[in-house]
Amino acid sequence: MKTIVKYVFLDLVRNKTVLVYTLILAALSISVLGFDANTSKGLLSLMNISLLFVPIISILFATIYFFNSIEFIELLLAQPIKRQKVLLAEYIGLATSLSLAYIVGIGTPLIVLAAGAASFTLIATGVLLSLIFSSFALLIFVLFKDKTRGIGAAIILSLFFTILFDGLLMMFIYSFSDYPIDEVVVGILSFNPIDLARVLMLLKLDVAVLMGYSGALFKKFLGSSTGTIYSFSWLLFWVFLPLLLSVRIFKRKDL
Amino acid sequence: MISIEHITKSFGRFKALDDVSLQLESGRTISLLGPNGSGKTTLIKSVLGLVIPEKGEIKVNGQAVRNNWQYRGQIGYMPQIGRYPENMTIEQVLNMIKEIRHENTRYDNDLVDGFELKKIQHKTMRSLSGGMRQKVSACLAFLFSPDILILDEPTAGLDPVSSELLKEKIMQEQDSGKLILITSHVLSDLEGITSHIIYMQDGKPLFYKSTEELQEITGEIRLNKIIAHIIKGQQHNKKGVEHENHS
Amino acid sequence: MSLIGKKILSLLGLLILTAMSYGSTIYVKPGKAAIQAAINNAIAGDTIIIHEGVYNEHDIHVSKKLFISGKGNVIIDGQRKSEIFVLSANGIVLQGLTIQNTGISSMQDMAAVRIQEANYVTVRNNKILNNTYGVYVQNGAHCLVKTNIISSGAVSEQNSGNGIHVWRGDSLRIEGNKVSGHRDGIYLEFVVHSIVVNNTSEKNLRYGLHFMFSHDDVYSKNTFSDNGSGVAVMFSNRVTMTGNVFKNNWGDAAYGLLLKEITDGKIEGNLFIRNTVGVYMEGATRIHTSKNIFKDNGWAMRIQASSSNGSFTQNNFINNSFDVATNGTMVMNVFKNNYWDKYDGYDLDRDDVGDIPYYPVSLYAVVTEKVPTAMILYRSFLTDILDKVEKVMPSIIPDQLKDDSPVMKKWELK
Repeated sequence: MKTIVKYVFLDLVRNKTVLVYTLILAALSISVLGFDANTSKGLLSLMNISLLFVPIISILFATIYFFNSIEFIELLLAQPIKRQKVLLAEYIGLATSLSLAYIVGIGTPLIVLAAGAASFTLIATGVLLSLIFSSFALLIFVLFKDKTRGIGAAIILSLFFTILFDGLLMMFIYSFSDYPIDEVVVGILSFNPIDLARVLMLLKLDVAVLMGYSGALFKKFLGSSTGTIYSFSWLLFWVFLPLLLSVRIFKRKDL
Repeated sequence: MISIEHITKSFGRFKALDDVSLQLESGRTISLLGPNGSGKTTLIKSVLGLVIPEKGEIKVNGQAVRNNWQYRGQIGYMPQIGRYPENMTIEQVLNMIKEIRHENTRYDNDLVDGFELKKIQHKTMRSLSGGMRQKVSACLAFLFSPDILILDEPTAGLDPVSSELLKEKIMQEQDSGKLILITSHVLSDLEGITSHIIYMQDGKPLFYKSTEELQEITGEIRLNKIIAHIIKGQQHNKKGVEHENHS
Repeated sequence: MSLIGKKILSLLGLLILTAMSYGSTIYVKPGKAAIQAAINNAIAGDTIIIHEGVYNEHDIHVSKKLFISGKGNVIIDGQRKSEIFVLSANGIVLQGLTIQNTGISSMQDMAAVRIQEANYVTVRNNKILNNTYGVYVQNGAHCLVKTNIISSGAVSEQNSGNGIHVWRGDSLRIEGNKVSGHRDGIYLEFVVHSIVVNNTSEKNLRYGLHFMFSHDDVYSKNTFSDNGSGVAVMFSNRVTMTGNVFKNNWGDAAYGLLLKEITDGKIEGNLFIRNTVGVYMEGATRIHTSKNIFKDNGWAMRIQASSSNGSFTQNNFINNSFDVATNGTMVMNVFKNNYWDKYDGYDLDRDDVGDIPYYPVSLYAVVTEKVPTAMILYRSFLTDILDKVEKVMPSIIPDQLKDDSPVMKKWELK
């Protein structure tokens, strides 16, 4: 398995898209952090950039990559090696490359220009989002036979988590505003890794007071160390759930 | 040898393989022929474990294929379309498969040398033509001297010289007692190397006979003539059946 | 006699006259109850000079007009037993002392310096440290509390007192003090015609400055930073607030300036920076807010619908998360000629005034005002889009709350 991870990774570090992605992230973070004396504001901008671009680019790139590798995966599966190993190795190689792109593009400027707990959280959540949406891409890959449909599913899924989910959540909050729903909302929030990443990050920045202003429990709970562990656990859950599902489905998949 | 017993595989309503049973003996070069959608690829993929049949059992040298992966160490596979990670070099691809099949340390470099891949081993897969990629695929299949070779359209896209080289290699392997399973559309390329022919139609083998036998039955020598003869007879029969139904 | 000689003579005469008006001078050195003894021995108009040293004394009552001054580092330590100075005669001056460690009691307000039913009292240049209450004016007029350093380490609101506390006062002047670590930095209740100027009030648990039922007062050029909230003005009329800095009042329910049930105030030339809420108004009537800078606040202003007839003109709103939030469709206040950094209108006639109105209440501000839980979606892609759409087609936001003539360039303020 290590072998395949190594070679997939070697292939991807020379991939132009990954390279461009890294460079764009780096350019964005340097310009945001460099021009703004206010680190907190810079981090906030970087957070928004990460939340918008990392999921959609990760899932799209990964989906396309997996589907383009289908013949190669077939060749690998014709070798004496377990199916799961091939799939997991493909995932690990890809997810590592995308995470590395994020760490180099956003992480390095952050550590140089604005080292701190909030920066670390941003890097961690960005990497987790890369892992999560690569994992979703893998699930799409094993579920769909056709690349075009796969890409369609990837776009829909990322749009769902980026905006649709929040819309539904907003409607829910609005309709049940007369009831004590804070805890329910935290529960619902756990189903969207992008929201989790956003709240986790916001609570590390000084704008967190906006969340605590109305006496809502968000800051109290999610801002505590228990809340941080809670959020990170959910994010990890979102890495592993699609991954395990993919492996299960892939066991029985015809290529 | 590969023994296939009562294999059935359907995709949705479509029956790709319908209760197929075949014994593929060592020392044979078997051509798997048939129109598109007749189940050739599904059959190959079932042997490789890429497609999982609903019914039946496949054994490779006595080892059941289902839920097994070790048996593939005895198979060399050359896919129809060779697509590789774009930025990998030829050398990396060869090394990667070598590392995966690390238990096998003796390499058959005949094709690597014959195709002169060493000279261009630093080229990336993206920069290679389709023919070049086919050569890489062929090398990978033969590299570990496996007992069984499964070649899916091996000569498509190869230049005549390379094609000849590959054919020679196939014959050489057959002589050393290996089982070679080939699918091809270009019947003339199979001329002289194939010892047996399986003709698939509608998910079933229409026949599985040695070349000599077929030549005898049809009275033709060349492969494409033989096949044409049989298909004509087949269509004739079919029409006859339909006719009977109508009356 | 030379001219110089005459001058010296007249100066001497003046000095003598001054000395006479204060009577004699009494010097105090450390000893048991030395200060109280000296005071008891003095007569009104005397001067008491306290020499350097530590005096462990408390409940020092001054009931005659004395001039009490420290010489060198004079420390009067109440040893956490009781009050320290109680001044109950007109015209007392208390200066140059370090007064520390009053008692802590839930029955009685323990003050380092209590001015009790007395006028024209001056407390200046003292260090008033680690006390429950610092300077406590209990019914006084024309008193001066100036350039004192008043600090304590209050931990909870229940067990702490205020830095400068006034209960009934008239024409007081509180100037140039540095107050920190108390419950309220400066607390004024039933105080009229008074001036609070050039003070720094920081790191107090509740408010930097707190008005209750106090009218016709002015506070200006003060700095309020890192308090629970900057300034609270409650149930007071005609309070003028100018040139102050309200900063870093940053916390779950922290305000720069909190106005509750007040009328006829003026808020001018202040700087509100990094407060959770810059200005909060509830039941504020006829408050005129102009030429202020609101920068980097969570909400620049929260104006409850109970506020009316106010005006907001020529202010700069820069980089606030929300400019204005309100709980109703308030139209009883006027917004005019403000600079809003979020304004993206145009100025075709080049008169430096935007041609289309600015709606300072964003959709998301309206939503979170109605449903605070929606704050969980802060900074999400969805809310950004909703705000943009709403700007183009206002349907939910209070469309009467608008600045019809937003200026294109920042006002030059400060």
